[in-house]
Amino acid sequence: MSKLRIATTSLAGCFGCHMSFLDMDERLVEFLEHVEFDRSPLNDIKNCGPCDIGLVEGGLCNGDNVHVLREFRANCRVLIAVGACAINGGVPAMRNHFDLSACLEESYLNGIGVENPQIPYDAELPLLLDKVHPIHEVVRVDYYLPGCPPSPEEFMSVLGDLLEGREPVLPKKLLHYD
Amino acid sequence: MGAEENRYAFNSNTFDMDGVEIPFKDGQTIMDAALAAGIYIPHLCHHPGLTPHGSCKLCMVDIGNKCMSSCTTPAVAGQQVSNNTPVLNEARKTITQLLFIEGNHLCPSCEKTGNCTLQAMAYFLGMLDGHFPQFFQRREVDASHLTVMLDRDRCILCELCVRASREVDGKNVFAIAGRGVTAHLVVNSPSGKLADSDLETSDMAAHICPVGAILIKEHGYEIPIGRRTFDLHQVGEIGLEKVIQAKARHTNE
Repeated sequence: MSKLRIATTSLAGCFGCHMSFLDMDERLVEFLEHVEFDRSPLNDIKNCGPCDIGLVEGGLCNGDNVHVLREFRANCRVLIAVGACAINGGVPAMRNHFDLSACLEESYLNGIGVENPQIPYDAELPLLLDKVHPIHEVVRVDYYLPGCPPSPEEFMSVLGDLLEGREPVLPKKLLHYD
Repeated sequence: MGAEENRYAFNSNTFDMDGVEIPFKDGQTIMDAALAAGIYIPHLCHHPGLTPHGSCKLCMVDIGNKCMSSCTTPAVAGQQVSNNTPVLNEARKTITQLLFIEGNHLCPSCEKTGNCTLQAMAYFLGMLDGHFPQFFQRREVDASHLTVMLDRDRCILCELCVRASREVDGKNVFAIAGRGVTAHLVVNSPSGKLADSDLETSDMAAHICPVGAILIKEHGYEIPIGRRTFDLHQVGEIGLEKVIQAKARHTNE
């Protein structure tokens, strides 16, 4: 039996969802007998190739996030929004209460202890979006894995269903948003 | 025999809900009769003892071919009511999603998480995401009061605080102002600030908020995860209001 190919990425995420994924602990060993990783922060693959499952944590806060998300959507058969940020923008979306310029000025010009104040503008740097967005506002999402972060049991439940070719159904006792 | 007679005199009427015969008193709503019979109808803006409001629409039931709010519809003898159906629960989930995307319900950073009835409702209905685009509205936070704060980002306009303040202690501290999507909670004080109102932490209105819109200051994250109201209970349990109210009150507040 060929292994399922899984890609993962963190956009405007905190890597907490990836840590929670790794909290499967020793269950990861058996899991890895059924899957192999495509592009992921856990390996060195630079671009996402054709995959069965894409796990996306984090919302969209800059142009690079949108680019990566579109690469994932184009290559992943099943795309899963993982965690509160990918689902509704999460805590980073609290910046939507403020003008982007006000945020940048507070951080890079007027902040306490700032030396040589200037707002970074090198072409290497992705431009911030005006607002933080959930990923479903840019691409179609197949499944949602709520939580901040989702528990390892949630990952196992949904990925287990997909591995066995079932429609993922998250048991209500695993459902939480915090 | 006397007691038996009394019971029948009291519950002279019944209606049918999901195949169960539910007794009611004249003038009683479908919601109140169902709750008295120990049957849950999902609701957010209903609270026993306060005037029904009919804004959240989660309690809608099918009566014949009509969809009605059970909290405002009087029970009628012989009525056929459907409550716990997949279609109604799916519609209730959609309404809950609308409430989530309309405000800024960022549960991971909210003090009410685990004790929030809206969140528990979403769990109960199996809501995984908001489905609709977020509004990301910006609304005023009122932190002027010494012991109570108001975060309008999370307000679902259920008017429980409005009704509690008007009907329980007569202080009439809160009201809803504005129209359509700009409707919002206001404070009935000359400045519009909570600090200039008569609100006290001992008021029911300071504790009745089902979401994280009205919070008691200097009391945050005091209940360990695993022991919060909805870690221990399901929103569908009957008589949970007392548990929620008791938990909402802090010692030394």
